Amino acid sequence: MTTPDTAPLAPIGGEGPGEGKPHLLSRRSLLGAVTLLLASRALASTPSPRALITLFLRGGVDGLAMVPPLRDPVLPSLRGVLTVRGVPLDSGFSLHPALSPLLPLFKSNRLAVLHAVGQTQPSRSHFDAQDFLESGTPGQKQGDGYLNRALRGLDGARPPFQAVALQSALPTSLSGEAPALAFPALKDFKVAGGSAAHTTFEALYDTALDEALRTSGRDAFESTSFVRDQGLATAQPRNGATYPNSPLGKRLKDLARLLHAEVGLRVGVTEAGGFDTHLAQGGDEGQLANRLKDLGAGLAAFAQDLGPRLDDVTVLTVTEFGRTAKENGTRGTDHGTASAMFVLGGGVRGGRVFADWPGLSPSSLFEGRDLAVTTDVRQVLAEAITRALGPGLWGAAFPGFTPKALGLFG
Amino acid sequence: MRAALTVALLLSVGCAGPGPKPAAPGEEAVVRLPTTSLGEEERVAHLLNRAAFGPSPQDVERVQAMGVEAWLAEQLAPGVDAEVAHRLSGFKTLKLSVADAFHAYPPVQQRLEAMGVDPTKLEGDAEARAQLKKMIKENKEELPVQLLVEATQAKLHRAVQSKRQLEEVLVDFWFNHFNVSAEKNRTRWMVTAFEREAIRPHVFGRFRELLGATAKHPAMLWYLDNWMSVRDGFEPPKGLPSAEVMPRGLNENYARELLELHTLGVDAGYTQDDVREAARALTGWTLEVKPKSQAFGQFLFRPRVHDAGEKHVFGLTLPAGGGQDDGEALLDYLARHPATARHVAKKLCVRFVSDSPPAALVEKVAAEFLATDGDLRATVLAIFQAPEFWAPGAVGAKTKTPLEFVVSSVRAVGTLDEVQRPLAQPLEALGQPLYRCAPPTGYAEVAGPWVSAGALVTRINFGLKLASGRVPGVLVALPPAQASTEATLDAVALRVLGHAPTPATRASLLRALAARDAEAVDEVRAVTPSLIAGLLLGSPDFQKQ
Repeated sequence: MTTPDTAPLAPIGGEGPGEGKPHLLSRRSLLGAVTLLLASRALASTPSPRALITLFLRGGVDGLAMVPPLRDPVLPSLRGVLTVRGVPLDSGFSLHPALSPLLPLFKSNRLAVLHAVGQTQPSRSHFDAQDFLESGTPGQKQGDGYLNRALRGLDGARPPFQAVALQSALPTSLSGEAPALAFPALKDFKVAGGSAAHTTFEALYDTALDEALRTSGRDAFESTSFVRDQGLATAQPRNGATYPNSPLGKRLKDLARLLHAEVGLRVGVTEAGGFDTHLAQGGDEGQLANRLKDLGAGLAAFAQDLGPRLDDVTVLTVTEFGRTAKENGTRGTDHGTASAMFVLGGGVRGGRVFADWPGLSPSSLFEGRDLAVTTDVRQVLAEAITRALGPGLWGAAFPGFTPKALGLFG
Repeated sequence: MRAALTVALLLSVGCAGPGPKPAAPGEEAVVRLPTTSLGEEERVAHLLNRAAFGPSPQDVERVQAMGVEAWLAEQLAPGVDAEVAHRLSGFKTLKLSVADAFHAYPPVQQRLEAMGVDPTKLEGDAEARAQLKKMIKENKEELPVQLLVEATQAKLHRAVQSKRQLEEVLVDFWFNHFNVSAEKNRTRWMVTAFEREAIRPHVFGRFRELLGATAKHPAMLWYLDNWMSVRDGFEPPKGLPSAEVMPRGLNENYARELLELHTLGVDAGYTQDDVREAARALTGWTLEVKPKSQAFGQFLFRPRVHDAGEKHVFGLTLPAGGGQDDGEALLDYLARHPATARHVAKKLCVRFVSDSPPAALVEKVAAEFLATDGDLRATVLAIFQAPEFWAPGAVGAKTKTPLEFVVSSVRAVGTLDEVQRPLAQPLEALGQPLYRCAPPTGYAEVAGPWVSAGALVTRINFGLKLASGRVPGVLVALPPAQASTEATLDAVALRVLGHAPTPATRASLLRALAARDAEAVDEVRAVTPSLIAGLLLGSPDFQKQ
């Protein structure tokens, strides 16, 4: 990475007129120094900060199709047209064939799979279940999210890119007191009207009386100029990675750009939709297979793009609930309870499936219809938070939660 | 400045239950505004920033012509706004009952079935899929999402154009206080009716009526699950469909929010037992849930699922056998509780005065609420009549929510001809999509959640786009360019902000505009009123009200 040519090589705030009072010039040299600091971090020998990336699969993904439990004797009686010929993984579980780009990551122990994971106070309403999960408080909705509460416990400076949602609005999980950015794409994260407008607004917010506006303004102009000066929105993926040309592929590509640019990203959040497959879900091919193909190709490209940087990154897929064990009358599945998850990245005890399998017999199913929850999703999230953000943060994320270690990271 | 104006306020009557005697119709009330050190321009702008969705040239002129007191008196007892009524007459969904809305805008799957297309055949049947596509294309205007589109359009129309500005501000406030979300499946068919039937008629009425209207409305019964709350031990008859629609056991969701959010407030000192007892009292308050019924959405009391035992809620005893009256007695009690008065007063003061309003002001407003048996017109008036409202420190003390920002921007620079997507989109990007706030808390009334780097970039970009006439449906009309850039800036700033900008903002803008002027080639002006307006809309000054 090169030094941005706009960053003056000057000591922080030490030159020009107006020393000792807020002034445009000293302010700008400060900004320049921060930009330089951001840009030069890759050159320094300090290790990259670890980052947590969550990918919310909205709609409730069918865990029994995504990771079919091949050895469960009841499965064939529950699934007819929806049968998936999974690629064997470990201990009787398999991977949907559309996800085969993930197989090398599983085999090289960088990908772990979890099954029968879900919420302890489940809801079959998307609305409630997504909110309960993102609030981090089962059965309750909060004004803020579990990731935001975890971030609040981080010490030190808060670089503007510390928490980023690659989606049009801030999701519940990142809402709250800790500052977080949301934009649908890096290319949209800029002040319209060119650099003259940028400079004018920068000066206006520099003298804003309201402290929150002044601080947010500084973050906004610092981070948008960084994106602009680095050409971040058009940076090429590394290591020959090719992303699917889909909304998910573009968002993952942008997250990788932020990680490569070493902007201090600690939490990145994005989402993909289309998993609410009540109708015509499909089997090896079809509606769900297409969504999974996008997911598998996207995650594989992300891993390839990051290269060794993946060692410091933890990627999680989450979903609000699984789906009914038995296929419904419209060749689909209805809202269920437990589902499966992927954990990708450094330190993961990969190459294995973590599952306390409850079975699919009628008496094992939750309320007679859904795969039962044997692993609290908060346990997975808490271990990922500990790995990526540090110890002692999961408690704020999940108030009242009593952990039961899975040993997901080793 | 001291002014007193006597106006006849038609105070509402007909409250049920105990409490002070309501004011008689036609009783004279006095709008007496306190002394303030604010200048006239600032005073008008401040009032329009709080009692309206920001200054528009038309409203500034009206307030100046009528006087602040007379305008406020009119706002508290508004007449018909024929212009807006006419404007909204073309909307198809605003007056529909819940059942009619459901039948005219049915779910896609139901429409397919009605066409004779078997949704199970879609997968392997290209013709069925083609029919689905055709159906969606042909019925674009009758898909359920249209209900939300029209509700959003109507709300923005009213907020920008209505002469009944205070009513619109209060409808927004009380909808948010009693929040329901169109995101929760069937609530989508109910939000328009909720605002029309449960909120709007009561914003100048009594709190008890407002509370009762929300409690019995299908939108609330559905959104907070009270429709499915049944007494412990109730066994539904055999042969009913799946577990999803099978009410089982007590559901505390509504009862909890009723105490925490709608009435007493979280710090009132009630316990989990009180929540449970309140939920018991409200068992049987349900609605017709069968969408195919013409009565879909109507309130029903079902004695069979009601818990007939004695209940004790936070100092209230409900004797056994009260039936539906349990719920009424509970609402009577909660509506008149001093903790409710404080909770409501605080929230109104946060909306109208500042994020941390003076305790003395909250006490004063709560006292008015209690003394008038929850007369919401008198309660709101108490805020405007308080010196704290007019204190210089209160001016510009609030940060605009995304809705306030978007609406006040349009009011500042022009008029609204049609609400198109680019006007509603920033509300989504900024985290405040209308009628879609998922948690029952409603959207925040304080600045914290709305101020962030990303949000500022979105606001700045929207302001630039709007002022340059690139938001379709908004007709921009700004003061013409003056002889000097400085004079143009002052004229445009007065229009956009309603008052002079802060000295720092004015100085910054003059510097920036001078640099642009220097770049101008020949007679082509680089600095135009729309550029200035765009910079002002994105400025820190305009984010405050």
